[in-house]
Amino acid sequence: MKLECKHVWEYISEYIDGRVDPQVKEDIERHLEHCEICSATLDSTRNILILTADDRTFELPMGYSERLHERLKKEIESAEPDLKKK
Amino acid sequence: MQAAPTKETDLISRIVAGERELFHDLIRPYEKMVYLTVLSIVKNQADAEDGAQEAVINAYRHLNSFRAEAKFSTWLTMIAINEGRRRLRKAKGAAEDSIEELEEEKEGDYTPAPLTDWREIPLETLERKELREALREAVEELPDIYRQVFTLRDLEELNIEETARALGVNPGIVKVRLHRARIMLQKKLVPFLKTVAPARKGFFRRAP
Repeated sequence: MKLECKHVWEYISEYIDGRVDPQVKEDIERHLEHCEICSATLDSTRNILILTADDRTFELPMGYSERLHERLKKEIESAEPDLKKK
Repeated sequence: MQAAPTKETDLISRIVAGERELFHDLIRPYEKMVYLTVLSIVKNQADAEDGAQEAVINAYRHLNSFRAEAKFSTWLTMIAINEGRRRLRKAKGAAEDSIEELEEEKEGDYTPAPLTDWREIPLETLERKELREALREAVEELPDIYRQVFTLRDLEELNIEETARALGVNPGIVKVRLHRARIMLQKKLVPFLKTVAPARKGFFRRAP
C-alpha cells in the first residue's frame, strides 16, 4: 500500500518503538526512502527521545541522594528496637 | 539502571528478614526514577523531593507486602505516583481529575512539524545545553496526562504495559498519549532548532 505523509506521521511513535505490523513497517520504509520530510520528522522525533534518555537532560537536585539516604537511615534506625525485640 | 533481578529478589528477602539497612542498596538504582515520577505529577522541585522521600519511606515500610511476581520498579513507581497524586490533591483540591479527563476528549492537531533539514544539524547541536533546557521546559509544559505517560515510558523506560499498570489506564490509552506527547515535543523543539542551527548555516552560506 502506498502511504501518504500524514499516515506515516500517525505511525511515528509505534514505528520508533518497533510496534507496527511487518506490512506497515515495510510500507513506511518504502515511503521513507523517497520522502525527505518524513525521514527528517522521524529522525527529529527519535533525536528527542535520545536526548530525553540522556542523563544530563533531567538531573536530580544537588544533594538529593544524600538527603534521601539520611532520611531513610533515620527511618531504619527508628524501627531497629522493634526488630531486636523479636 | 536496574539491578540484576536475582540480586534484587535476594536483597528484598534479606531486608524483609531483618537486614533492614540493605534497603539503601535496593533503592539506589531507582532514586532518580522516584524523583522524576513525583515531579511529573507535582511539577515543583521542592515538592517532588519531599514526595520522593515520602514514597521511598512508604516503600520501605510496606516492603513485606511486595509480591515477588510483580516487578519491583513498577511497584515502586505506583507508590511514587500515589504520593504525587496525594500531594496534588492536597494542593489543588479534588477538581483536578475531571479537568484531566476533559483534556483527553479534546480533538487536537497531533501532527508533527515537518522539516527537511534536521539531519543536517550537526551532532554538537544535540550536545548543546540549551537544547536540553528547551526539552526540559517542553516536557514541563505538556498537559499532565501526556507528561506522566512520557515520563514513565521515555524517561524511565518502562514498557507500555508497565506504564499502563502504573497509571491505572489501559495500554491503548498509553499508546495514544505517548504518541501525542512525542509529537507535541517534536513540534515544540523543531522551531527551536530551526532558529539555532539552520540560521547559522544560512549565515555562512551567504557570507562572501
